[in-house]
Amino acid sequence: MIAILKKIASAIITIVVVSCLVFIAFSVIPGDPAVAKLGTQATPEKLEALRIKMGLNEPLLKRFVLWLSGIVRGDFSTSYSYSMSVNSLIAEKIPVTLILALYSLIIMIVISIPVAVFAARHKGDVIERTVTIINQVIMSIPPFFGGILISLVFGMTLKLFTPGAYVSYSKNLGAFLAYMFFPALALALPKAAMAVSLLYTSIVDELKKDYVRTAYSRGNSTKGVFYNHILKNACIPVITFLGMAIADMIAGSIVIEQVFSIPGLGRILLTSIQNRDYPVVEAIIVIIAALVILSNLLVDIMYRVIDPRVGRSNE
Amino acid sequence: MKMFKKVLVLTLALTMAIAFCGCGSDKAAEESTITVGIAQDIEDSLDPHHAAAAGTREVLFNIFEGLVKPNSNGELIPAIASEYSVDEEGKVYTFTLRDGVTFHNGEAVTVEDVKASIERNAGIGDGEALVAAFSNIESVDTPDDKTVVITLATPDTDFISNMTVAILSADHLDETATDPIGTGPYKYVSRSPQENIILEAYDGYWGEKAFIKNVEFKVVADPDTIVMNLESGAIDMFPRVTSVQASQLSDKFNVLEGTMNLVQAVYLNNDVEPLNDVRVRQALCYAVDKQEIMDFMADGKGTAIGSSMFPSFGKYYMEELNDVYTTDVDKAKELLEEAGYPNGFDLKITIPSNYEQHVQTGEVVKEQFAKIGVNVELELVEWNTWLSDVYSGRQYEATVVGVDASTLSARALLSRFVSDAGNNFINFKSEAYDEAYNKALASTDDAEQTKYYKECETILTNEAANVYIQDMSELIALNKAFTGYEFYPLYAQDISKIRPAD
Repeated sequence: MIAILKKIASAIITIVVVSCLVFIAFSVIPGDPAVAKLGTQATPEKLEALRIKMGLNEPLLKRFVLWLSGIVRGDFSTSYSYSMSVNSLIAEKIPVTLILALYSLIIMIVISIPVAVFAARHKGDVIERTVTIINQVIMSIPPFFGGILISLVFGMTLKLFTPGAYVSYSKNLGAFLAYMFFPALALALPKAAMAVSLLYTSIVDELKKDYVRTAYSRGNSTKGVFYNHILKNACIPVITFLGMAIADMIAGSIVIEQVFSIPGLGRILLTSIQNRDYPVVEAIIVIIAALVILSNLLVDIMYRVIDPRVGRSNE
Repeated sequence: MKMFKKVLVLTLALTMAIAFCGCGSDKAAEESTITVGIAQDIEDSLDPHHAAAAGTREVLFNIFEGLVKPNSNGELIPAIASEYSVDEEGKVYTFTLRDGVTFHNGEAVTVEDVKASIERNAGIGDGEALVAAFSNIESVDTPDDKTVVITLATPDTDFISNMTVAILSADHLDETATDPIGTGPYKYVSRSPQENIILEAYDGYWGEKAFIKNVEFKVVADPDTIVMNLESGAIDMFPRVTSVQASQLSDKFNVLEGTMNLVQAVYLNNDVEPLNDVRVRQALCYAVDKQEIMDFMADGKGTAIGSSMFPSFGKYYMEELNDVYTTDVDKAKELLEEAGYPNGFDLKITIPSNYEQHVQTGEVVKEQFAKIGVNVELELVEWNTWLSDVYSGRQYEATVVGVDASTLSARALLSRFVSDAGNNFINFKSEAYDEAYNKALASTDDAEQTKYYKECETILTNEAANVYIQDMSELIALNKAFTGYEFYPLYAQDISKIRPAD
C-alpha cells in the first residue's frame, strides 16, 4: 500500500517537473505568437499592442507563476488562435484521442491473446511458422503506413468506410465509432504483433517449467492447466508491455490522426506549435504527460495485484 | 475457455456491427449541403477586422459584407449601402443605407452600426487604425438614420475600395471573434477547431439568397488526403488543387481553372549586397525562364507577369512589361560582369516550406540562376519564422512567395514599395517611384491616376525590384453534382453562387 502511495507521489512530482520544462522550453524557442496571429498585416505598433494584450510583455517568472496557478485551479487560460478557453477546446478534443487509444488497446488485446495461444498450441508445425512470419511483417509496418494501406484497402477498394469522412462523437456516436475502428486498427496492429510474439515466447517458456509437468502428471486436464496456470503466469511480462503500449498509442495517435484526418489532440497540438499558440501547446503536453504517467501508474498497480511477489519484495 | 470464446465473439461481432452501420447514413439531405475542403483552419480570428490570412478572408466573405462589395468581374457593387456619391474633390463620401438589410440575429443595420464599424477600423476613440488607409478618415457622421457621411483628411478618389470592410453590429463588436454576426448570405453556426466551420444560408438576406442551405468548411490538413477526401465524397469541393492532384481525379469532378490573383516573384532584398546593384537584379531577371517554371509546376498553366500587378486588375495591368526581360543568359552574364561579379555569387533564397508551389519554383530558379554562375542555396523555413525573419525582420537575401491584394485598388499591390512603407519588406527605394505613387494618390482624375500607377509598375520592372514570375493558376475541384462556381479577382470563395447541378 505504502509503495503504491509512493508511486502516486512520484507521479505527481513528475507532472510538475514536466509542466515546468514545457513552459521553459516554449519560452526559449524562437517565434512570436503575435507575429503568427497578425501575419502579413503586422506593423510594429500592432505587434506591441497585441503582445500587451496577450500578456507576453510580463517577465517570464510572473507569467510562469500565473500559468501554474491557473493549472492548479484547472484553468488553462485562452487560446490565441481560436479565441476560446483552452479548457473547452481540450474538453472537446480529448475524448477523440482517448477513445482512439483505448479502442486500439482493446483491439490489440482481442487480437493478440487468441493468436498467441493458438500459435503456442501449434508449436512446431506450419501454423506456428506462418503466424511468426505474418507477425514479423506486421510488426515492421509503422502505423502511419499501415494507416495508408488500411485507407486504401478498406476505404477505397472495399468501401467499408469513407476515408476523411470523420463524424464527431457529439453528432453521431455510432458513426464516430465506426470511423474510428480503422485508425484504431492501424494503431493497434504493430503493437498487437509485438504482444503476440511476447506472449507466445512467454507461454512457451512457462510450458517448459516443472510445475506444468507436475500438474499434467497429476492428471489435470490440459485445458485447465493451460488457462488457469500457464496463461495467467505468461501474462505478467505482457502487462509491463501494456504500460509502454498505452503511452505509445497516445503518442502514435498524433500521427494516425493526420493520416485519417481526425481532429483530435494531436492535430490541435501540431497546428498550435506552428502558430505558437502557447496556452494550447502547454496544456496539451501537460495532459498527454499526465495520461502517460497515469497509465503507467495503473499498470504498476495491476502488476502488484496479479503478481503479489512484486509488492512483497519492495516492502 | 467457453467464457473467453463468447467474449471474443461478442466483441468482434459488436465491432463489425458498429463498423458496418453508419456507412450509408447522412445521404438523405445531400442536395442542400456542400462540404468544402480548406487547407487550414481559421487561426487568426473570426472577427473580419482582425483577420489577416487570405484563407480566412475567403471563408468570411460568405458571412460579412461592407457598404460595397466586389463582384466576380472585379467591380464594386453596392451592398449594405444602396447607393453612394463622392464629391468632386474625393474628400466626402456619402452613403445611403439599403432598406431591409438585417444582421443574422434579425436586427436591422443602422447608421450607428456602420459608424461604429468604420471608426473601429480607423482607430477613432482608441488610437491605432486597424487598416492603415483608414487613418485618413477625419470623421464619420450620421446626419439622418439612412445616411452615413465619411470625410477624409486628404482627398482620395480611390478610397471607396476600402469600403468593402465588414459592417458589424455596434453592440456586438467585441463578441465577433467568438460569435461572428454579419449581414452576408450565410450565417455562422458553429466551429470545431481543426475540424470544421459550419454555415447556414441566412433566410433574411437582402440580396439573392444562397442556393445551398448548409455549408461545411472542413479542414483537410494533410495535402496527401485531398484526392481521397474528394473521391470518397467526404468533401465536394477543394479550392486550389495542384495539377498533379487534378490529374488523379476521376470524372466525378470538374476542374475549373482560374488564377490565384497574386504576384509570385523571387522577392529580393534591395538593401543587401550584391542585390543593391540594379545590374545584378536585372541579370537575375534575364536568367529566369518563366515558362519553364510554369511547365514544371503546373503543366504550363499560369500567367507570366513582369511587375507587381496581375491581369484581374484590368486597366492597371500592363502586359507589355512581361517582355522587358526575355530569357537571355549571355546578357545576364554581361550585366554581372559589368557589376563586378564575372564569376557570379552565392545567394540564399528563403522559402516558407508550407507553400509547395513556392518551394518548387525555388528549385527551378536555382537551376536557372546556376547557368549565370549564381550559386543558390535554398533555405526552407516554417511560415512563422518566415514572417518574423523575412517579412517583419527583413533579415534575408531573397525569398519566393506570392503577394495578394486585400482590396480592389491598385494601391493594395503598389503601396508597399514606397520607400518608407512599413510593409516594404524588400527595402525598395526609388524617388521616382515615390513621386509617381504620390501623384497617383493626389490625382482626382481616373485616367490620370491610372497613368501614374502604370508609371509605378514600369519603375518596378525597370529597376528589377524583384524577379517577377507569374500569377499562378488556381485549379478548383468541384463535384459534378454542383455548378455555378465563380472566380473573384480577390481571395473569396462565394458559396452563395454555387447550386446543385440538375
